[in-house]
Amino acid sequence: MKKVFSRPKSLKKTPFHYCPGCGHSVLHRIIGEVIDEMNLQERIVGIPPAGCAVLAYFYFDIDMGEASHGRGAAVATGMKRALPDRVVFTYQGDGDIAAIGTAETIHAASRGENFSTIFVNNGVYGMTGGQMAPTTILGQNTTTSPGGRKEKRDGFPINLSEMLAVAKGSAYIERTAVNSPANILKTKKAISKSFRVQMEGYGFSLVEVLSPCPTNWKMEPVEACKWIDEVMAVHFPLGILKDVTGDKKDAH
Amino acid sequence: MRGNHVVAESAVRAGCRFYFGYPITPQNEIPEYMSGRLSKVDGGVFIQAESEVASIHMVIGASMAGGRVMTSSSGPGISLKQEGISFLSALELPAVIVNMSRGGPGLGNIAPAQSDYFQATRGGGHGDYRTIVLAPNSCQELANLTYEAFDLADKYRTPVIILGDGMLGQMMEPVELPPEVQIKKLPHKDWTLTGAKGRPSRFLRSLILDPFEEEEHNWKLMRKYERITKEEVRWETAFADDARLMVVAFGIAARIAKGAIKRMREEGLKVGLIRPISLWPFPYKAIKELTRKVRHFFVFEMNMGQMLEDVKLALEGNGEVHFYGRPGGIILTPLEISRVISSYYYQKKIG
Repeated sequence: MKKVFSRPKSLKKTPFHYCPGCGHSVLHRIIGEVIDEMNLQERIVGIPPAGCAVLAYFYFDIDMGEASHGRGAAVATGMKRALPDRVVFTYQGDGDIAAIGTAETIHAASRGENFSTIFVNNGVYGMTGGQMAPTTILGQNTTTSPGGRKEKRDGFPINLSEMLAVAKGSAYIERTAVNSPANILKTKKAISKSFRVQMEGYGFSLVEVLSPCPTNWKMEPVEACKWIDEVMAVHFPLGILKDVTGDKKDAH
Repeated sequence: MRGNHVVAESAVRAGCRFYFGYPITPQNEIPEYMSGRLSKVDGGVFIQAESEVASIHMVIGASMAGGRVMTSSSGPGISLKQEGISFLSALELPAVIVNMSRGGPGLGNIAPAQSDYFQATRGGGHGDYRTIVLAPNSCQELANLTYEAFDLADKYRTPVIILGDGMLGQMMEPVELPPEVQIKKLPHKDWTLTGAKGRPSRFLRSLILDPFEEEEHNWKLMRKYERITKEEVRWETAFADDARLMVVAFGIAARIAKGAIKRMREEGLKVGLIRPISLWPFPYKAIKELTRKVRHFFVFEMNMGQMLEDVKLALEGNGEVHFYGRPGGIILTPLEISRVISSYYYQKKIG
């Protein structure tokens, strides 16, 4: 019988600890698939964040070095400069990259640091229990924005990817989602393109992934996936924000 | 050669190929020198980072990849680097961090001071850890200790701090520079992250959720610190043989004190000097042993009394300790400090 579905080689045989319906599990899997398909397992180093995905090194069967909260872009800068012929990627959440790590991220992009970033945007601080994130949208209820985020009290959410697209050193920025098979496929293509952009030396690339957090959104998984389409993606529109490679739009 | 340039050149000769920093006075000559020097070296990387926080995390990245790496700053900037220094310690990563310290707290000033002794020797950041701290007192020692710091960092997989001050960084003296190491001949590191080619994958982490595992990690660090405490204590004495009063001072303060002691010796005062070179591990035993012959200890620091606590710990209640300190960036001349010490000497009828 032909085997049609199996665990990617670059994922360890460890069950994920993520909540049911969480986007991290799917994202880990497709990153694993991309690493396998591009044959990168022996030449890639990942930088996991502080946050729900901190234990990523238990799941990926690749070299990984943990960064402190928000400093992924700085750690990746040091690492990639030391290992220019390896592929380096950071995996960061919204609080990590768009609040505490804003400076590191914007400057890495501005310098055109040649690594890839997977930015998981679920609009909350997941690991600490669902507090307001820099990407929590107006009206969204969190444990620190009771009654919903209000601009007067809490300020506006940050569209980090759009900001990074303005940076001269960034090469490729795309926003995708993992809430439907079609979007998951697009995300996988975007990640693979981001690695390719790095291998071809274009500079900083980032894939922002809108990702469901049913636990902290207090929703059923299916409802959470629907909410991404109907509410979240209105504030954070999906699509390519920047691409300096000259590829045709759908070529990747 | 200027002290800051000595540090930079010695680092490159020790095999440092990665430097990440952020401008702050009085250490700017280090990044300035490194920016030019590393651009001429094969594989050399210099980045002027967006902050001290970013620079210390770039240090972490390059260290994970196996490189010899350095950053430098002064007081306020070192405070910002403490997050990364804690992580370097937890992750057991080698790195060299230079602090050309200045007057504090807060912005303080840019004059030479020894106000960061506690910060350097007590860990400095969060968590239960120590860093090796070396305190040079001349440009030659800046060269030697910077060079050695890279070996110590690699040997123990731990960050090493060079604690200088604004005067050491700025002063110019003739120096014999150490030879250039051959990077390929440095000992192999079997823990680096370079892509899992031909070997199982590795990871480096500091998050250890299980309290028993975290405790074991802490004990592991502790055993390493005990080894360092046994093997890496450095100090020197001068005029100690017949001394009735021992001055205890480190770094540039010890240099000034030595000048003062020479003057006092000319006047027949039996004053000696003990200078801790490694501030952690501190030469507790060496100081304790002095109490067999000496009763009076005079601690001189360019701060309000920080090393003083270690001297008291070393003496364990033996002997009499007197402290004289000048914080805020005040630099005494040997003549001035000799007057203070000799007045104490006569007052206590030591001679």
